[in-house]
Amino acid sequence: MNIVVCVKQVPDTESPRKLKSDDKTLDRGAADGVINELDEYAIEEALQIRDAQGGEVTVLTMGPGKALDSIRKALAMGVDKAVHLIDDALVGSDALQTSYAIQQVLGKTGFDLVILGSESTDARTGVLAAMLAERLGVPQLSQANKVEIDGSAIKIQRQTDYGFDRVEASLPAVVSVVEKINEPRYPSFKGIMAAKKKPVESLSAADADIDAGKVGLANAATEVVDFAEAPPRAQGQIVKDEGDGGTKIAEYLASKKFV
Amino acid sequence: MSEILVLVDHLDGEVKKVTFELLTLARRFGDAAAVWIGPGYEGAKDKLAEYGAAKVYVAADEELTSYVVAPKAEVLAQLAREKSAAAVLVSATAEGKEVAGRLAIKLDTGVLTDVVDVADDFTGEHSIFGGAIVAHAKVKSGMPIIAVRPNAIAVEASQSSPAEEQVSVTLSDAAKSAKIVERVVQEKGERPDLTEAAIVVSGGRGVGGADNFSIIEGLADSLGAAVGASRAATDAGWYPHQFQVGQTGKTVSPQLYIAVGISGAIQHRAGMQTSKTIVAINKDSEAPIFDLVDFGIVGDLFQVAPQLTEEVNKRK
Repeated sequence: MNIVVCVKQVPDTESPRKLKSDDKTLDRGAADGVINELDEYAIEEALQIRDAQGGEVTVLTMGPGKALDSIRKALAMGVDKAVHLIDDALVGSDALQTSYAIQQVLGKTGFDLVILGSESTDARTGVLAAMLAERLGVPQLSQANKVEIDGSAIKIQRQTDYGFDRVEASLPAVVSVVEKINEPRYPSFKGIMAAKKKPVESLSAADADIDAGKVGLANAATEVVDFAEAPPRAQGQIVKDEGDGGTKIAEYLASKKFV
Repeated sequence: MSEILVLVDHLDGEVKKVTFELLTLARRFGDAAAVWIGPGYEGAKDKLAEYGAAKVYVAADEELTSYVVAPKAEVLAQLAREKSAAAVLVSATAEGKEVAGRLAIKLDTGVLTDVVDVADDFTGEHSIFGGAIVAHAKVKSGMPIIAVRPNAIAVEASQSSPAEEQVSVTLSDAAKSAKIVERVVQEKGERPDLTEAAIVVSGGRGVGGADNFSIIEGLADSLGAAVGASRAATDAGWYPHQFQVGQTGKTVSPQLYIAVGISGAIQHRAGMQTSKTIVAINKDSEAPIFDLVDFGIVGDLFQVAPQLTEEVNKRK
């Protein structure tokens, strides 16, 4: 089975995340870049499917040179090979354009299964899996908290607010997974060493037949107009419990008409 | 007046509150045109009229809700084209955003996700990076598709008598490729939906175990609130993942958020920072959650929370 996992390098949630004042895109220099943590579940799921079904897992990322760190981590976890889409023409692409670019790369790699995390922790748009499925014309198996494959049949549990839906489709398909679907493995020392020898193919936009006139900030369908730091919340009242803490909260809630 | 399409968010005919928020918002820009997809419209029509729908498009075919998301995008795309809609509004739930994504491809236009407000020219306001930054963004050309965060817009009723129009759609084969074969509704009792609730009570690491979540549930039930959990609590398996509030879980924006035994790491703050009033109970006076609170008690949650529950119940 040919499994492609889409991975995004994002600024570490724990470090200061900023936009750049000039073009209002993500300031990738301001924070440490890490694999989007939800993508680690996608990688783990891909590895488990490969180990059960046979085949090969390719990690696909679009991003600057720094994104190689995330590729290396995926390879160290056990992914077989990598495709790195890297081109200045892609900088500032929005979700619509990113889905187009990835579709073009998938045209090169082929796939039976594309797996993504349910969203990225930086932009948090949560639209990419749906956009890809729409573009590719294949089943969208999103918000999966369980995936089962039997031949070309694929079944997932789609997590919902009320519980879950059981969903069935045929491969090829796009799957997006939620947190807790599995326990992503840590790269072993052996895995880290092996990763250094695994193939990483670097593609430019032209290599992937991406029309440069359709991608990048200037051609994006959406535009960040302005941004500012959110005003800090006013300092609240903090009281040490002297045995009547619960009552004090109740009084506060009553004063605000919540009770 | 131009039409603003609003995708009605409902489960088997039970309309979610965010729909009324979307209708309220749509009325600022033109005629609010509700789009009903699936069965159950008859029981809900009065509600849509109460919140000012000028029109309702009804696509009642049961088949439309038998597949993951794609049919909804096909209905919306057809209507958006036929009616030359000025914009499409959906709820910024996981499913709403997926509908928006597919629709954006179909209409080759931009999508704004998780906006907390919309200006006259359809510029969306976003609260990003865990609430640290407020950004404004717009769709440069074409029909804006906007996914609006539940609880961000204050609802205003406005009685109308909407014209109804039945819509028939022939689904593409691609839209029928991911079939929902069973819907499993897990017990959640009478509690409101987490993202829709006016009050949310969340428990974290300090709760200390799955059994102790009954304390959080008891407090939530006294207030008619939804129950949430921090990642520490869901990682430990004390509460199901779909109730996780935070960076990698749900984003909530209730009138009142009560954090119990939650330190307030960025992971958690990212999901609740835009709550209107924040109350916390934590034994560590240095916990970052106290930077956000309107009212905080430094104390043992096992003493404070039950006392609060009792006090709230007494005052009813």
